[in-house]
Amino acid sequence: MAVPKYIKGKEPHKSEYRMIFRNVDRRGWDASIKSYIADGGYKDLKKALKMKSQEVTDEVKTSGLRGRGGAGFPTGVKWGFIPPDNKKPVYLICNSDESEPGTFKDRYIVHQDPHQLIEGMLISCYAVGAKVAYIYIREEFSEGAKILENAIEEARKKNFLGKKILGGKFNCEIFIHRGAGAYICGEETGLIESLEGKRPYPRIKPPYFPAALGLYMCPTIVNNVESLCHVKHIIAMGGQKYAKIGTPRNTGTRILCVSGDVVRPGYFEVEVGKITMGELINDVCGGLRKGRKLKGVIPGGSSAKVLRAGEKYTIGTGESERTIGINDIPMDFDTLAACGSMAGSGGVIVMDDSRDMAWILNNINTFYAHESCGQCTPCREGSLWMKKITDRMVSGAGVPSDLKTLTSVGDNIAGRTICAFGEACAWPTQSFVAKFPEDFKKHTSRRNAGKELNPESKAAAAGLKR
Amino acid sequence: MEVSRELNKQANEYISHYPNDQKRSASLPLLHLLQQEHGYINEESMNWVAEKLDIEPIHVLELGTFYPGFRQTAPGKYHIRVCRTLSCAMAGCYETMEKFCEVAGIDRSRVTHHNPIAVSEDGKFSIEFAECLASCGTGPVCLIGDEFYESVNAENVAELIEKYD
Repeated sequence: MAVPKYIKGKEPHKSEYRMIFRNVDRRGWDASIKSYIADGGYKDLKKALKMKSQEVTDEVKTSGLRGRGGAGFPTGVKWGFIPPDNKKPVYLICNSDESEPGTFKDRYIVHQDPHQLIEGMLISCYAVGAKVAYIYIREEFSEGAKILENAIEEARKKNFLGKKILGGKFNCEIFIHRGAGAYICGEETGLIESLEGKRPYPRIKPPYFPAALGLYMCPTIVNNVESLCHVKHIIAMGGQKYAKIGTPRNTGTRILCVSGDVVRPGYFEVEVGKITMGELINDVCGGLRKGRKLKGVIPGGSSAKVLRAGEKYTIGTGESERTIGINDIPMDFDTLAACGSMAGSGGVIVMDDSRDMAWILNNINTFYAHESCGQCTPCREGSLWMKKITDRMVSGAGVPSDLKTLTSVGDNIAGRTICAFGEACAWPTQSFVAKFPEDFKKHTSRRNAGKELNPESKAAAAGLKR
Repeated sequence: MEVSRELNKQANEYISHYPNDQKRSASLPLLHLLQQEHGYINEESMNWVAEKLDIEPIHVLELGTFYPGFRQTAPGKYHIRVCRTLSCAMAGCYETMEKFCEVAGIDRSRVTHHNPIAVSEDGKFSIEFAECLASCGTGPVCLIGDEFYESVNAENVAELIEKYD
């Protein structure tokens, strides 16, 4: 395989480790199967088909790969939940509904390297015994859907897909299924309901995993685009070697998407846990705009709890216990969880001191109020009330009790709903109000009554022009 | 409702992607086909899908009214979707929206949750806010039809609109 050269101005940062994004912004590269095969593509599928399917699953388990969609659940373990005595068909679904605000990684895989995804999916289908797979792609990626459809046709012509793949006994079909603009379809059981042609109301748990009962009440594996691409690389290098990338329990690479108030926003593939928040913001992304100070960071998509600059976190246990600041947090699953937030989908949103946190939270609340599916009362009503309260705060009509009301509404949603959307919509409100009370109080003081306090002025946005 | 032979063929192709006893799965793909054809989904389209898939019309109506991706009113010739969510908002998408409306002559004052689309008087452009279009690093972003645009700000909106006639 040739060492890739990249388009001028889009070269990876020196601290990146490009594996999944190896071909993104690559010079002379296109999404065709010709490019992909010339670069050694589909070799790993051939290799996998020579292994026993259980061996493929074992490699993925050994690799320690954790799902890249948000929950960070070990992929190989998820696969292992298919009942051993299963007689029903098994389905694999690629979750390409990428819609967690702050996340923009799957877009580039789909647009620029669709065959990597298809190869990863075929290997995964072989491992779990699926003969039919669906790519559930969000409606707004209409161009991406066309690219994938074209890639599937190309792969079929080469017999990587279809009947008797590469002359063996393995049959597998992949179909594209387009969503229709609903965030809730990123929740795996909501996605399955949507694929069945129903309203995407997430299913009541248990069963906790659709691997037991999923699409059409058959065992179903739902994996994120990025996770499925990792499978290909795990087979290429072996699970043990893969596990050496990154840090223990947080193996491999992951794509971090940085947006908001940094000089150079973008996507960066790094070894999990090998880079800290401070290095990511100040080194990789070129720091904040001139004269600005860090105010807060949402580290894993808009539902992750916000981190405030200047906070201290105690991580580790026993002898390894230590106290760190926001800039020292290694970007991995476990540390971010120990800091009271989550690595989530890898969407990092940076906010500087020009931002008014009440305005920021209002924007987030508007999103969740719009996207609540309406199945569970606490979420349907609560998400809307949180929006209405912050609406009134930013329009200058806040009252002093608003902070307490907001928190109480949030507290009454989290943990009281069928799916994790309840937590996703409550966490921003709970954390923003607790960590930036002064910003909210400003909106509820009598002195400011009737004033629209929105430093999110045109000037702040103008500073972001790139 | 009559549909073209081509559309019917494509609908049958989509239905074949799902198990024989699970035709209902093709609801979304079929609704997309009809929205592509007519620009939005009306009652006739929903009834056609129901009949095609042997399901009750209510089971299609509940999809048409749930998903924001299905328009229940006719858009303009070119439909613009501006991302409203956090990173784009921080980069000025509200100003982008204002500018689009100004340049395309659209009045958004009657927009509500249930009626999110505003159309220009001449019917050429329509606009709505969309939630996170997943390109947060290059905001504000928008879709015009199926075409995707990055860094769309108050300064370059007019130039962008000119491409469409």
